[in-house]
Amino acid sequence: MTNTLHRYGSAESFEDDYIVFATPSSGRNDVGCIPKLKRFLELALPFKPVNLGDPPHGGALRPCKNLSTAANWKRDITPDFRAVIDGISEPASVVAIFDNQSAAEQFLKLAKEADLGLSINISGSIEGARQCCNFAGITRHSVGYSLGFEGKTEKLPNTQLLALTTMCGHGMISATFARKMIDRPRSASLASLRNCSAAD
Amino acid sequence: MKINPNKCVACGNCTYVCPMGAIYIDPKIKRATINRDECVECYACYNGLSTEHMNPSLVRMVRGLLQIGRIRFDPEPDVCPTAAFEPEDLQWPRVIRRAFSDPRATHESTGVQGRGTEEVKTNDVTNRVKHNEVGFTIEFGRPGVGVRLRDIQKMTWALAKAGVAFEKRNPFTSLMNDVSTGTLREDVLDEKVLSAIVEIKVSSDRTEEILKLVHEVEKEIDTVVCLGVGTRCDENGDEKVIAPILERNGYKLERAKTNLGVGRVTNSLLKNEAPSGGIQ
Repeated sequence: MTNTLHRYGSAESFEDDYIVFATPSSGRNDVGCIPKLKRFLELALPFKPVNLGDPPHGGALRPCKNLSTAANWKRDITPDFRAVIDGISEPASVVAIFDNQSAAEQFLKLAKEADLGLSINISGSIEGARQCCNFAGITRHSVGYSLGFEGKTEKLPNTQLLALTTMCGHGMISATFARKMIDRPRSASLASLRNCSAAD
Repeated sequence: MKINPNKCVACGNCTYVCPMGAIYIDPKIKRATINRDECVECYACYNGLSTEHMNPSLVRMVRGLLQIGRIRFDPEPDVCPTAAFEPEDLQWPRVIRRAFSDPRATHESTGVQGRGTEEVKTNDVTNRVKHNEVGFTIEFGRPGVGVRLRDIQKMTWALAKAGVAFEKRNPFTSLMNDVSTGTLREDVLDEKVLSAIVEIKVSSDRTEEILKLVHEVEKEIDTVVCLGVGTRCDENGDEKVIAPILERNGYKLERAKTNLGVGRVTNSLLKNEAPSGGIQ
């Protein structure tokens, strides 16, 4: 759960987040794209991503629909990357998330060489993405700037909560949940990861 | 979404995870209840909570006994202990709520999940935003505030009046019954969604004008607005046209989606066609 595009916070707050995603375009390169999407995520594995995911199914930590009553004492918190890859079943973005620039750079280089034909984007620091592109020998095609929040910003929660809730790019983490979990950082990160639908 | 009152044990976990704050414990029936007018059918409760399948009567009894001893027992914070949430078969126009709010739902109009639009993410394939053009994504309701579609119409009216083109492959555009005026279908106006993106494209020399227009109209809209601006890079991968305009208008550019330009058309029927953006 590391959305960076419209995340609240300074550039320093996401300097260790590199979100790389592959997106098929409906009607243009979506036919037969499932193996390519899987391949994209498989290419990421050697570089130790912190998460993989796709919007229809979620990230590598997912809610369990059949928990045992012992869940209060013992829950499996091992990310299952293979399940993410095997579970891709429809044309949609897939995402690989890294916590260091070197891993993102190496992955991008490999993804470029794989020539999957899918659109690949980096979400995050403009400068970080530029450096990744330089390393991989990629010329940026387009850029979509985030200009932040405007309008009735008084309706937003306090900045401490906002920094947490906006880590989910689809806004699925409520401010009240963040407030409840703020004193339980370990449980909070795991529970929030499960709640975040697309892992980014 | 519905909560089965026969299963709910009023643990209150779901009241925290609802991004709209639409779930509350009704003191009369002592069960979690959904305010249907505020619920945006995002499924954060159903998809986000893990579920146990405990016997509701047993849970109530144990909790009651513990309560006598002033001991509180709560399930893990992201668990519904009795699997009380039950999705309902949504009918028009309520089904719009889910389409715009649940990132796992696919927008029928575009075939895209999430907010339903590809924006600049596939610009290398679609050429949606060309050189000397700028694409605006104006997102309403994000993060965590939500928006009524009637409110967004204020913006689409103003944009249409300014003569801008709405992106055709965008689910919000598909709700308009008149794109020339930016008017939405009457039957969807009162629907509330977690967020929705209005997408337009103008020539780059209109960037400042649109920024000011959006800034002016958003004052009349009862929610937050999240602005994104997409544009092409030059042959060296630099972007020196739009960034200076944005910075001149007080925006600090730190984060972006960067399209690497490695995509291509591979669907066989389209291979020989030039890419084109869909604007109406």
